[in-house]
Amino acid sequence: MSWLADFWSTYGSQILPALGQHLILVGVALASGIIVAVPLGIILTRFPRWSSPIIAVVSIIQTIPSLVFFALLIPIIGIGLQPALLVLFLYSLLPILRNTYIGVRSVDPTLLDASRGQGMTSWEILYMVELPLSAPIIVAGIRLAAIYLVSWATIAALIGAGGLGDLIFSGIDSENTNLLLAGAIPTAFLALIIGFVFGQVRRLVTPRGLRAEVVTKRDLRTEVVVG
Amino acid sequence: MGVKFENVTKMYPGARPAVNDLSLEVQSGELMVLIGPSGCGKTTTLRMINRLEEPTGGTISIDGRDIESYDPIQLRRGIGYAIQQTGLLPHMTVEQNIELVPKLLKWDEKRRHERTRELLEMVAMDYGTFAHRYPRQLSGGQQQRVGVLRALATDPPVILMDEPFGALDPLSREVLQTELKRLQAKLQKTIVFVTHDIDEAMRLGDRIAILRDGQLLQVGTPDELIRTPQDDFIAKFIGRFLVLSKAPVDSVQQFMQTVAVRIQRELPQGGRIVQIADVPLWFWIDDEGVLQGVAGEVPEGADQWNSVNWTNGDAVCVRETDSPDEVFGRLADEEAEALPVVDEGHRLVGIVTRRSAIRTLSGALRRVEA
Repeated sequence: MSWLADFWSTYGSQILPALGQHLILVGVALASGIIVAVPLGIILTRFPRWSSPIIAVVSIIQTIPSLVFFALLIPIIGIGLQPALLVLFLYSLLPILRNTYIGVRSVDPTLLDASRGQGMTSWEILYMVELPLSAPIIVAGIRLAAIYLVSWATIAALIGAGGLGDLIFSGIDSENTNLLLAGAIPTAFLALIIGFVFGQVRRLVTPRGLRAEVVTKRDLRTEVVVG
Repeated sequence: MGVKFENVTKMYPGARPAVNDLSLEVQSGELMVLIGPSGCGKTTTLRMINRLEEPTGGTISIDGRDIESYDPIQLRRGIGYAIQQTGLLPHMTVEQNIELVPKLLKWDEKRRHERTRELLEMVAMDYGTFAHRYPRQLSGGQQQRVGVLRALATDPPVILMDEPFGALDPLSREVLQTELKRLQAKLQKTIVFVTHDIDEAMRLGDRIAILRDGQLLQVGTPDELIRTPQDDFIAKFIGRFLVLSKAPVDSVQQFMQTVAVRIQRELPQGGRIVQIADVPLWFWIDDEGVLQGVAGEVPEGADQWNSVNWTNGDAVCVRETDSPDEVFGRLADEEAEALPVVDEGHRLVGIVTRRSAIRTLSGALRRVEA
């Protein structure tokens, strides 16, 4: 424990601000990713013919190694926080976009037909039927994007965006293992925590009627009698 | 509110017409079954009524008003719609599902809940037990009931049903058909009902419209279709009802019971009380054997015969010359287990019982099967 205490007294003052910067990088990129990708995914379900090309383009962005991507952007928008946010934002698009598209498309067409036949407008069908039923899949996409962003954000340190990556790269440069760990360990924990938190959110947005514990609690006696 | 099709055609690009020049009038309060082989256009026809499909030509009107003049959303909210896979929203409870359209129509909560309670009661589902369950916590039959209730939620005059019982096991299907018949007798909705099951059509339809390749072939009551099928296709389509529709016996005498007439009591004022074949019905006949009255119960003590509550014999009796069909029908519909049979002179000659009717009919069925 004393090692941990020493470690903290040495690096704590560096970890906390770096962690804060890291969270801002991830948070801002993720939030803008959600704001853009969720509506875009929904719109794509209305125009399925466009979906393949658009998802293909977004997938290509994702295949560019992040280091290369950062490097490519330096001549265009320079270095610092904003270019880093832009890259992270672009990276977050695909998992969210794809899951939104798949989630909304996976809603049983007979439900949509019944809803339409009852006189629901397409807007009502979207927020009363499609979004509640696809929410778990959409949140799964957001969770994936968030976990990726935590690791990609470390690379952003290379273009001066700060964050936990700063500690890692400084540790590598100065052959200071402890400094490296001061960046790497919080990054790993952050990824785990974010994964857990979004896992819980996913559980919460799963409609009760679809949860396993509700479905298995069938009352068999009434089944038989009224069947 | 009737539904009227005038020369309605529905074309899909590059295919033969799904519905071709269809003219059909569904009367107000009538249950009209649309039936035919798959691809005959019955579902398309149904879906044009609430504008889930738009006709390519012709007009459809409800209560005399062209449906094109309605906003589709408003039109659909005013028409009940029930489909085979129930279409119940899995993330909403039974109550929320039933109240969906009332909610869209901005009914207040109290009125909505009262309506849900009333609807569930109509199909003997307890509000407390079922209202807050999710569809997946219900059996198939229960889900389908809720699907039908949802179509009834706003008490619409016109209801569309697309094979609502198609996915159920035969037993549940029959239970729900009986329930629908009972509801319909009470509610008198205009129902357009699509099915591919001829038994279901015969059981439920006030009239049946038979379609093939988008054409209306024949429309008529089940009886008309059985007796006067327009062509071989229709005769074949409804085929096996032909035999059963004919009474298996020619006259009432053939299944009337006459044996074991027990004289219960000679009455001092003339006439006597008799019982036939131990059936719990007592007949009061005069000295000529003319049926005077019928009673379902008589007191034990002989001195209390005067207090018996007699029903007028003419009101309940069957005549020897009645058609057996009619008598089977009366036995099925009326409360009584048995009916007295009289001859032309109103003399009691025997009884027909449900049991004797069943025996006769099942004998006929065996002959048909063999």
